[in-house]
Amino acid sequence: MATVDFAVGIGGENGQGIASTGDILARIFARRGLHLNAYNAYQSIIRGGHTFLTVRASDGPVRSMGDKIDVFIPLNQDTMDRHLHLLEAGACAIYDRDKIKPGAAAAGVQLCPMPMKELAKGNPLAANTAALGATLQLLGIEAEPLEAVVSRQFKKKGDAAVAQNIAIARAGYEYAAQNFKAFPWRAPRGPKPLGVVTGNQATALGGAAAGVKFYAAYPMSPSTGVLMWMASHARQLGIMVRQVEDEIGVMNMVIGAASTGCRAMCATSGGGFALMSEAIGMGGMIEVPLVCVDVQRAGPATGVPTKTEQGDLWQVLGAGQGDYPRIIVAPANQLDLFRTIPELFNICDKYQCPGLVLSDLLISEGTASVDPAELDFNVRIERGELILADGNGAAAEPFSGYNNGAYLRFKNTESGISPRAVPGVPGHIFVAATDEHDEDGTLISDEFTNPHKRRMMVEKRARKMQGAILELAPPKLVGPESATVTLVGWGSTEGVIREAVEKLAGEEGIVASQLHIKWIVPLHAAEIARILARSRNVIVVENNYSGQFARYLRSETGIEAHGHIRKYDGEPFMPHHIVASVKAQLAGETRLSVPVHEVIA
Amino acid sequence: MSTTTATPSTAPISTPAALSKETYKGRIHPDWCPGCGDFSVIAALQAALFELGLKPHQVLVVSGIGCSSNLPGYMNTYGMHTLHGRSLAVATGAKLGNHELKVICTGGDGDGYGIGCNHFVHSMRRNVDLTYIVMDNQIYGLTTGQVSPTSVKGMKTKSTPNGNVENPINPIPMAIVGGATYVARAFSGKQKHMIEIFKGAIQHKGFALVDVFSPCVTYNKDNTYQWFNPRVKILEEQGHDPTDFHKAIDRGYQWGDEIPIGLFWKRTELPALEDLEPVLHDGQGPLAWRKLGLSSEQAKVLVEELL
Repeated sequence: MATVDFAVGIGGENGQGIASTGDILARIFARRGLHLNAYNAYQSIIRGGHTFLTVRASDGPVRSMGDKIDVFIPLNQDTMDRHLHLLEAGACAIYDRDKIKPGAAAAGVQLCPMPMKELAKGNPLAANTAALGATLQLLGIEAEPLEAVVSRQFKKKGDAAVAQNIAIARAGYEYAAQNFKAFPWRAPRGPKPLGVVTGNQATALGGAAAGVKFYAAYPMSPSTGVLMWMASHARQLGIMVRQVEDEIGVMNMVIGAASTGCRAMCATSGGGFALMSEAIGMGGMIEVPLVCVDVQRAGPATGVPTKTEQGDLWQVLGAGQGDYPRIIVAPANQLDLFRTIPELFNICDKYQCPGLVLSDLLISEGTASVDPAELDFNVRIERGELILADGNGAAAEPFSGYNNGAYLRFKNTESGISPRAVPGVPGHIFVAATDEHDEDGTLISDEFTNPHKRRMMVEKRARKMQGAILELAPPKLVGPESATVTLVGWGSTEGVIREAVEKLAGEEGIVASQLHIKWIVPLHAAEIARILARSRNVIVVENNYSGQFARYLRSETGIEAHGHIRKYDGEPFMPHHIVASVKAQLAGETRLSVPVHEVIA
Repeated sequence: MSTTTATPSTAPISTPAALSKETYKGRIHPDWCPGCGDFSVIAALQAALFELGLKPHQVLVVSGIGCSSNLPGYMNTYGMHTLHGRSLAVATGAKLGNHELKVICTGGDGDGYGIGCNHFVHSMRRNVDLTYIVMDNQIYGLTTGQVSPTSVKGMKTKSTPNGNVENPINPIPMAIVGGATYVARAFSGKQKHMIEIFKGAIQHKGFALVDVFSPCVTYNKDNTYQWFNPRVKILEEQGHDPTDFHKAIDRGYQWGDEIPIGLFWKRTELPALEDLEPVLHDGQGPLAWRKLGLSSEQAKVLVEELL
């Protein structure tokens, strides 16, 4: 159980160093052993606009950005005006007394005006650093870890910048000690230091652990972090990284590399994924394993490039024409992304099909603490029935295969899995065609477009999913079967729904359970139906307008949810949004709740 | 970590069967229209591979979609018959995945210069080591005769019944300025010449384009064998210097009573993409056959970055 759970919110214009201040705070908290979750609500501009970063930390589990801010650092007037009214008694606001005027604050909110110009020694960009020092003082954190983390953050800017920032932070720290009242609690310590990781880093780390040798991408927010990680680690890890002319080229290049036996991967967002669709179908048709991550952002079209949404479910479900086997998975958080990528590669290798990952801005750019002991890089690697040169690929007649029927690349087997050779392997020559083909790869239209062969090959490919579903963990109900309400979600909302369930029990006396779906295709429809059939009140919670998962659930299980909680304003759910919506629905007020994100527009 | 595949060795194959031109022929006879220029192209390609002594299992032929893109299915080499316009992107991935393969792309003018033009341009500037053979018949054949990016102005097709008002792409100058390092043209009516051009392209280290006049006898009644035969003039017989950039462009623009075929442009001093990637030159062979997974030392460094 958590003893202390607190959050720091920093807001201002893009370019005011908000992200780096957030990084410093996150690292100080993590090194202290605290669990944390950081989320930066930013805009698609390089300078200006409104950015608000929340870092929440606790000695207990932290699964979302939470509901409240304890330390509020507005770096401009706009931020003060938008957020001050949301602070509750006990919180404090740290700001530049010369530039920013507070409005009306709730009783019990401590206003902490600081002489930033004086403390920042004339550096107009260093007000955040002084505020950082003051924050640590109020949280009862020693000044020493600040110096180590500031040094790490600014070391690229040189010794002078490091020394100056440390001095400014210390000045802020001392000023707060003399002028402000510290919180009645102190930021606790955890048992051992933790690390911090974003979802994009976790995705890339998972790929590296899985043995990805080829990574291609076209930059697109919010997936670009994966490309940047891969590019900066390519040489040390032996990964070929390519930035390609467009996402069509990305997916086709990935399939080309994967066809030779490489583990190949790419990440994009919804718009790029749309361009990849046809090629993903090719992966299904020529039975090539690959992993593609769709880091969802608010759509359609360009949409809101820096805002989160779970709006691509049906796009991913429908990617590519025709029926073909593929795996679709929606990991719940950063650590889950790291663990899922190697698992997905194993499944895709075994079943020779594309694997599609639904991530989103919330977890991909959001930061979480991570226990290094949980980052197991020594992952299981299983490549299925793969024939590599001199593995089991030696042959007395190296140029045989196709012509003499010695090798059937697309052999019709009971499992649907055909032993897979790759170009360069002697004795296994074949052509992989996107036209429908026979077991040996011959286009069926080259002879006679035989309906029996066509049916056989469609069924052969489809059969693979009967095996694949057995590899995937079925979803489990968290909480009692007799719960008043069951909250169903998928992907990145797992943490916030869990916290809402805890709040419902702790603050409202409402017993709720949670059913979270991770593996989307193939879907454990029977198990889900079995669980939900016993639920008294099923409410689907998702970050989109039309209830994409609720509709999918209905199509696969026949279950119509009793209620819906949806959010499509670009910002993620906070626990109280879900709590209030559940209460309203249990009171019979509505069956569709759309919580309002409480920031002054 | 466990893996179900053995580590590859570099040991040579024990007893390679004797090569003949027949070795490269696939089980299926091409289903092109009788008289199609593509018959000459596939025969020239098979002859070039034979004369270069390339082993069929070490060759990957990648195509897009269209009449000419059916070519890999008629070869006895590894092949990929991909999507419309995407052969170069797939081939680039395959070449980087296993840079020991000899990768040859084949396709048509619509596939390469139309829907696939973006990949064409970027493959050239990357100078990736691919041979790209475009069977250019100046028409969409498989869709029964619509205008193509190389159809000449005024040409009547099913989609331009009153005559094409657009200008065609000229792939030769485009490739020269686009960064291709071997730019040539061949003609299905001159097969011996085409074999030599193909051999040069396949041996060239870098991106090689061979645009082949490969007449469509069914849908293009303008640019026929009879039309090309008196016009084509072999550059090699005219003393053309393929290292002269400006002359190469000038000859590439030539069209009318005299149309040059042969090697327009070649440069050898530029490294190919594969040469510039250290990951491929650490002595571990093709990426595709490497051991997967990270060492505990590598993992330790990655974890420390997060602390």
